[in-house]
Amino acid sequence: MVLDTKRDFIVFDRVEKRFGELVVLKDLSLSIAKGEKVSLIGPSGSGKTTILRILMTLESIQGGHVYIDGEPLWHMRQNDDLVPANEAHLRKMRKQIGMVFQHFNLFPHMTALENISKPPQLSLGVDKASSEKRARELLDMVGLSDKEASYPSQLSGGQKQRIAIARALAMEPKILLFDEVTSALDPELVEDVLNVLRDIGRSTDTTMLLVTHEMSFAHEFSNRVFFFDEGRVIEEGPPDNIFTTPKEERTQAFLKKIIAAGMRID
Amino acid sequence: MTLLITAGAGVVMLVSSFAFGIAGASRIIWLKWSVRIIVEFFRGTSAYVQLFWAYFALPFYGIYVDAAVVGILVLGLNVGSFGSEVVRGAILSVPRDQIEGTVALNLSRYQAMRYVVLPQAIINMIPPMGNLAIDLLKITPLVSLITISDLTFQAQVIRQQTSETIITYGFILIVYFLLSSIIVHFVSRVDKYFARGLDIVKGNH
Repeated sequence: MVLDTKRDFIVFDRVEKRFGELVVLKDLSLSIAKGEKVSLIGPSGSGKTTILRILMTLESIQGGHVYIDGEPLWHMRQNDDLVPANEAHLRKMRKQIGMVFQHFNLFPHMTALENISKPPQLSLGVDKASSEKRARELLDMVGLSDKEASYPSQLSGGQKQRIAIARALAMEPKILLFDEVTSALDPELVEDVLNVLRDIGRSTDTTMLLVTHEMSFAHEFSNRVFFFDEGRVIEEGPPDNIFTTPKEERTQAFLKKIIAAGMRID
Repeated sequence: MTLLITAGAGVVMLVSSFAFGIAGASRIIWLKWSVRIIVEFFRGTSAYVQLFWAYFALPFYGIYVDAAVVGILVLGLNVGSFGSEVVRGAILSVPRDQIEGTVALNLSRYQAMRYVVLPQAIINMIPPMGNLAIDLLKITPLVSLITISDLTFQAQVIRQQTSETIITYGFILIVYFLLSSIIVHFVSRVDKYFARGLDIVKGNH
């Protein structure tokens, strides 16, 4: 397969993902350009979170290939062949990718500052002073400068998630994955987290993939939206098309349900 | 002698608990299974028989080991095999979320274990490890069977010489109790050290 590295920064080429008998992704092909802000929407169980988890190397694939910047993710080149990746290859590839989880996954025995500054020291070899300096800048950016000495259990869900976002940013990834980052939050805390995402989206050219149920946010934030159902891309396009003039029946039905549940999509 | 054996075997117990416990939680199949066999051997046969074997039977294979060393190794490994299950259980009880966090931050498996998994697991290990240390102290009289003159053995001697059964046995009861109180005190100090904010770590995260 011939890749245009500009247009095809992240490529899924006929990817298949199975959990035992259950097929989650079937022959999935898609391509995302560098710097794009992409939202993945669709009913639960449609495979959108699985796509992020495959990119973060948390889930392996059973068929097809994934490429990042022209380099296979789950495979290594050996002579002219692609063989399954080993841990060293995965670690090299992971350097470019960061992820923010639905349930934050902060380290409970570390303070907010340590959560952000320790990982770059360990995996990038940044020295303590500069990683802490950078961590403080990031804490400031997410509006939590006064919480650097707090442990995760002393923070609200919204604060924890902003720390988790700062932690992912500290690793300076080229690709950032956001897996339903507001789904576990109380409604009044959602906006704080979305504001941070807006800031990042505006201020960096990091490629961002967002799995979300916040349709209104997906609409304003992303430049492209994928609608998934049953492990396939049913429809994709600019948010205005998907949200206001969806072509596919399944997309229409999904959005109708969302509106009926009282959520805005504009 | 009782003190020496308890302290020496305590060190062996700690080291073997962590070594076997971490290996037992490993994803490397051959390592995991060889460790399981060793652990099951020490857990499944009695310390009494193991002492006899190591001290009286091994010399037939040309292996001669000092009685105190045998006592320390056998008791340490015996209790350590239970300790390794404590360590393994505590490691496996750290939520999967945490491991995924380390993957997303590109830590190596060693770094994940050292900086994320063990610091959280250790808090759950301390109370059962303290119990095992006390168990260890209480099985040290077994070493008198391999010619070591420990506290209980000496009490027997004194009793035979003086016929003061109540006083001698009463005295060693108190001594064992005091020794185990020292262990309890030490364990609670360690517990406080690692739990700098136990509520913090046990809280929701």
